[in-house]
Amino acid sequence: MNEFIDKFSEALEKEASEIDSNDKFRDYEEWDSLAVLSVIAMIKQNYGITIPRKEFDSLLTVEDLHNYISANKG
Amino acid sequence: MGAKISRIEYYLPGSVLSNEDLVDQHPEWNPQKVEKKVGIRNRHIALPEETALDMAVKAAEKLFVSVDPNTIDFVLFCTQSPDHLLPTSACIAQERLGLRTNIGAMDFNLGCSGYIYGLALSKSLIESGMAANVLLLTGETYSKFMAVSDISNRSIFGDAATASLISKSDNDHIGEFVLGTDGKGAENLIVRNINAQNAFRLTDGKSPELYMNGPEIFNFTIETIPPLVGAVCVKNRIAKNDVDYVILHQANKYIIEFLISTIGLDPSKCHIDMLEYGNTVSNTIPIALKDSWDRGLIKTGDKVLLAGFGVGYSWGSTIIRV
Repeated sequence: MNEFIDKFSEALEKEASEIDSNDKFRDYEEWDSLAVLSVIAMIKQNYGITIPRKEFDSLLTVEDLHNYISANKG
Repeated sequence: MGAKISRIEYYLPGSVLSNEDLVDQHPEWNPQKVEKKVGIRNRHIALPEETALDMAVKAAEKLFVSVDPNTIDFVLFCTQSPDHLLPTSACIAQERLGLRTNIGAMDFNLGCSGYIYGLALSKSLIESGMAANVLLLTGETYSKFMAVSDISNRSIFGDAATASLISKSDNDHIGEFVLGTDGKGAENLIVRNINAQNAFRLTDGKSPELYMNGPEIFNFTIETIPPLVGAVCVKNRIAKNDVDYVILHQANKYIIEFLISTIGLDPSKCHIDMLEYGNTVSNTIPIALKDSWDRGLIKTGDKVLLAGFGVGYSWGSTIIRV
């Protein structure tokens, strides 16, 4: 989880110390259309998957995202 | 016998929408971030009464400064912004450009993959003996499908038109193609509020509205384009590293940089320049080709990989020899 938060922090350009696994990431000030692309790119590069939009929309917290990737990565 | 791109000209409409203009209208917007990440500073926007066809005709007129219009024996016009549902814009172009009447002319409706398909069609027409000099036009005015409030799309898309002469040649300068289509992406990049189901009537004072699901388009691109580039190299029997220059559809800087790193291309051999144009849809590849030639980035004999991808979904790639 910590490793994921580090990568997530880098993609979002937000301090890792300001990210908690229970945070709803869409509420972050940094979350904009470019941040979405950065996170998609980070997930593809590090975990080899893309998340379909419909499924992505159902992931609310940082932990949701992490769990989805753990379950689906190649 | 083969085909080659003999000449390219392009036309940009005079009105410019800058990042400063956009931030005036949307103070919350960060122009520095957009320029740095998306790689766009200005976009050219057609005048209200100026159409994609008008601009394509202007691009063709630039071409005819050095090319005899009587040699043209086929017109292909790639646009998603035709003047009319009917008649065909390419037919109007034939008349306005004073071309012969004993020639073929047709429109085809594709977006960011359009130039690649235009090259594929031109090559086929030439190699089958049906044409010797194809006028391949692209023209797009997505600006007419965007609301003033639509900052996302307005920051990305610009209007433009191009004219290419594709001619019969002794050697084949246009290589093998890899093409692809997946209609399941149709809803992710679409003009809404106007369609045949409603007899093309606009309801409730609505306007045609460009909708782009950015994340899904990005997903499609990063899944589809790396294998496409691999496949076109295999089909043309060339190693990726032996390609002299790469021109991907100039969607935005962020996507291109991601593709370059994922595919493992040498960034110094890859074109990234949409700073003054924005994403001009089917025009980005011919504009980039002409700019690369004019700036000496490519020279005679170079092998240049071209790849277009987007609305449809539709994608295609080929390797040309300059």
